Amino acid sequence: MALLEVENLNVDLSTAMGPARAVRNLNLTLDRGQSLGIVGESGCGKSMTALALMGLLPENAVTTGEIRLSNENLLKKSERDLCSIRGNRMAMIFQEPMTSLNPVHSVGRQIMEPLRLHRGLSKTDAKKKALQLMDRVGIPNPEERIANFPHQLSGGQRQRVMIAIALSCEPDILIADEPTTALDVTIQDQILELIHNLVAEEGMALILISHDLGVIAENTEKVAVMYGGTVVESGATDQIFGQLSHPYTQGLFAAMPKLGMSRNKRLTTIPGTVPDLVNLPSGCTFTDRCPLASNICKETTPPIEELGPAHTVACHNLKKAIEARSTGLYE
Amino acid sequence: MSVFFAKRFLTFLATLVGASIVIFIVMEILPGDPALVILGVDATDEAVLALTKELGLDRPALERYFSWISGMMQGDLGISYAYRVPVWELVEGALKITIPLAILAMTLSVILALVIGLYAAANHNKIGDVSLMGFSQLGISVPNFWLAILLILFFAVNLRWLPAGGFPGWEEGIWACFKALILPALALATVQGAMLARITRSSVLEVFREDYVRTARAKGLSQRRTLWGHVLRNSMIPVLTAMGFQFANLLAGTVVIENVFHIPGLGSTVLKAINNRDTIVVENVVLLLAGMVVLTNFVVDLLYAVIDPRLKAHDI
Amino acid sequence: MSRPSSQSFVSRCLNSRSFVVGGLMTGFLLSCAIISLFWTPGEVYDITIADRFFAPSASHWFGTDQFGRDIVSLLMTGTQNSITVGVVAVSIGLFTGVTLGLTASAQRGWVEELIMRLSDFSFAFPAILSAIMITAILGPGGVNSIIAIGIYNVPVFARLTRGTANAIWTREYVMAARAAGKGKFRITLEHVLPNIRSIIIVQITIQFAIAILAEAALSYLGLGTQPPNPSWGRMLNEAQSLMFFQPMQAIYPGVAIALAVFGLNLLGDGLRDVLDPRLSRKR
Repeated sequence: MALLEVENLNVDLSTAMGPARAVRNLNLTLDRGQSLGIVGESGCGKSMTALALMGLLPENAVTTGEIRLSNENLLKKSERDLCSIRGNRMAMIFQEPMTSLNPVHSVGRQIMEPLRLHRGLSKTDAKKKALQLMDRVGIPNPEERIANFPHQLSGGQRQRVMIAIALSCEPDILIADEPTTALDVTIQDQILELIHNLVAEEGMALILISHDLGVIAENTEKVAVMYGGTVVESGATDQIFGQLSHPYTQGLFAAMPKLGMSRNKRLTTIPGTVPDLVNLPSGCTFTDRCPLASNICKETTPPIEELGPAHTVACHNLKKAIEARSTGLYE
Repeated sequence: MSVFFAKRFLTFLATLVGASIVIFIVMEILPGDPALVILGVDATDEAVLALTKELGLDRPALERYFSWISGMMQGDLGISYAYRVPVWELVEGALKITIPLAILAMTLSVILALVIGLYAAANHNKIGDVSLMGFSQLGISVPNFWLAILLILFFAVNLRWLPAGGFPGWEEGIWACFKALILPALALATVQGAMLARITRSSVLEVFREDYVRTARAKGLSQRRTLWGHVLRNSMIPVLTAMGFQFANLLAGTVVIENVFHIPGLGSTVLKAINNRDTIVVENVVLLLAGMVVLTNFVVDLLYAVIDPRLKAHDI
Repeated sequence: MSRPSSQSFVSRCLNSRSFVVGGLMTGFLLSCAIISLFWTPGEVYDITIADRFFAPSASHWFGTDQFGRDIVSLLMTGTQNSITVGVVAVSIGLFTGVTLGLTASAQRGWVEELIMRLSDFSFAFPAILSAIMITAILGPGGVNSIIAIGIYNVPVFARLTRGTANAIWTREYVMAARAAGKGKFRITLEHVLPNIRSIIIVQITIQFAIAILAEAALSYLGLGTQPPNPSWGRMLNEAQSLMFFQPMQAIYPGVAIALAVFGLNLLGDGLRDVLDPRLSRKR
């Protein structure tokens, strides 16, 4: 039995312009200790998926489908039960370390909070544990730092504090939503390595969300590529990167700057923009930007085809896409 | 903390000095000779001249300003032109009424504002929120002295629960005085509280959208625990600013409300002094009121630092 | 920055419930004032003691007061007074305050520092307190109370103007204008003023409401409008002594003040929605 199974997840947001379909027919599975990357452009629904898993979607969201954690459907659970799961069995790290910590509480207090809430630790025990955690996530001088306020720490250190908070109750699943996007490039690698190591040591499952294929490739065993609120390709990381299949995945890969690329060569881009979630096109949502689009793409939703064990792709023109791989679809 | 405190304290002193200069200058350009006011228009020139000398009004302005200030430091506010008694005697009893009244009104208005504001924010856009905000919009529009008259009509004239006005004096016991002050305080607090409630509500709603509130929820805190543990303290920063301004309005309001209820506080004293052209009393009372406002804002500044650790760091 | 077309401006106005209701109430207030200039249902200035304390009837909707004057007529004429006070007091504050604020923002340095410190002091003196001080000097009276409220308005507008204007001065299009060699005065007129206009217009309605409240309080204390000129605050003062046997007389003028202020506040809210959607979205 998988640790986490997401089946047919839909998230609709009611907006002034009408309902926006942020997530559509999304399916995911995650085993204990496994790491999954979710990749896609901004606005593709990856953050919404993460918030839906945590049950932290904004008030105007309607969620349907099933999210099963150890075979229990979270969407059927009371808010009270969800509170005992959040921060305890499932924890999350956010993109903005600058604003994700409460400015008026010391970082020690913020790390101790889940320990006191879920583990019922006394103040002294929680403080002891917080000091260990701070040491663990690589914050120097924890005894001194524990009384600091967020504004006294750098962005990287704040993200380490966030990680310490997330780790505090030894969750089964750690969700990291663009954990390094807001940080300096040199810090990014340190933080990713820290997450990578901690996940391995603790035996946690990881869901890493990023727009950066490189980050995903280095840190995860499985990948789901999202576009327009749904998964267009998923499979083992080496499978996906070894044999780029979906035209969108190929596009993402082509748009990545590569080491040693000649300076006067322009970066490849995928033409067009992400679809409007309020007025989603019928058929395949990538049609407008796809170099292989044909009439059928406009009319019907593409079937999900299995390319290999657990490697699925949703594309009408899969054969053509795979053939075009060697020449490059976006040159 | 000490640097922060010293800085704020200096600002506080500078504002006080500034306020006293403004008041002094304004009173200086006042037409009308106090000696003439005291003696009446029929007085002989010699008598007026003699009294002017006695009151020290023939000295240069700068000298008089400094003697006013140094006198004030020693609790000597000068002699009332109208009653020929020390101003402090007139003011002392009034202060003992106005300060408790202002504190009672401020406490009531803060309680009112927090209860209404938090309830409305917690029930954002639901019927409770919408109707409370409608009421608060009305509350802002009502003149406080009219509300005071309505309260007298209802509680004193119709129900006969509370006195319609007057003040028994502290020797009559706290309960009797409280009964005399509760309606004036309520009249002051309702209008201020309505304004503060709106600010509280929007501030709480704003903080609820912050990233760190999402973090708190992700830790597993319930909506309610998030509100008390993370939202409230952060949302109090703008509310505190507003409270500082409101206290000034509230003190000014006591001047009017004391006259509605015929309470012998600072407001009644200053109004009587205006009618008697007793400028030295007006001058001192206005400075006292302004001083209280400045002092409140000083306390508010210090409270900021207690609430928000970023401020202290910013100053050091 | 695209200018909204007139069509969408009108429809946005009509879409804002606050604007429509507040506008109607303020319009009603204005028309009462204008009508009372030419006609009132009863006498306002003539005292006929024999007619005192009439009960409400077809000829005297709200009855008569202790001098035999028709209360409806008094209320209508009182509107004139409130509007005059509002217009004059806000104008004093508006012109002086905006000029000071714009100067502070354009000159920066010690000019700004001086203007802002002066307006800091004035925060120690709320409307009524400064009005008391000023009437102590100039003596009680309608004109003096208007001046007092006007002076109180100066720092309010100065602060607001300087704060919003400072933000405009950092914008790219102002930088561009400076780079093109335009003077501070011209930039202020061409770029700064038009961009802070909507915020100031909203503030005008708020200060107008505050002015009406302050004038009523001053007149109630006997420091404002003097008899025989009718004013709502004075009517309340006179009604209070009759409260025990003529309670309704203490109700009407208060309702009039509250409705006038309520209408102006609503209009201000509505204008904020209409003129600056960014501001209203934040709430």
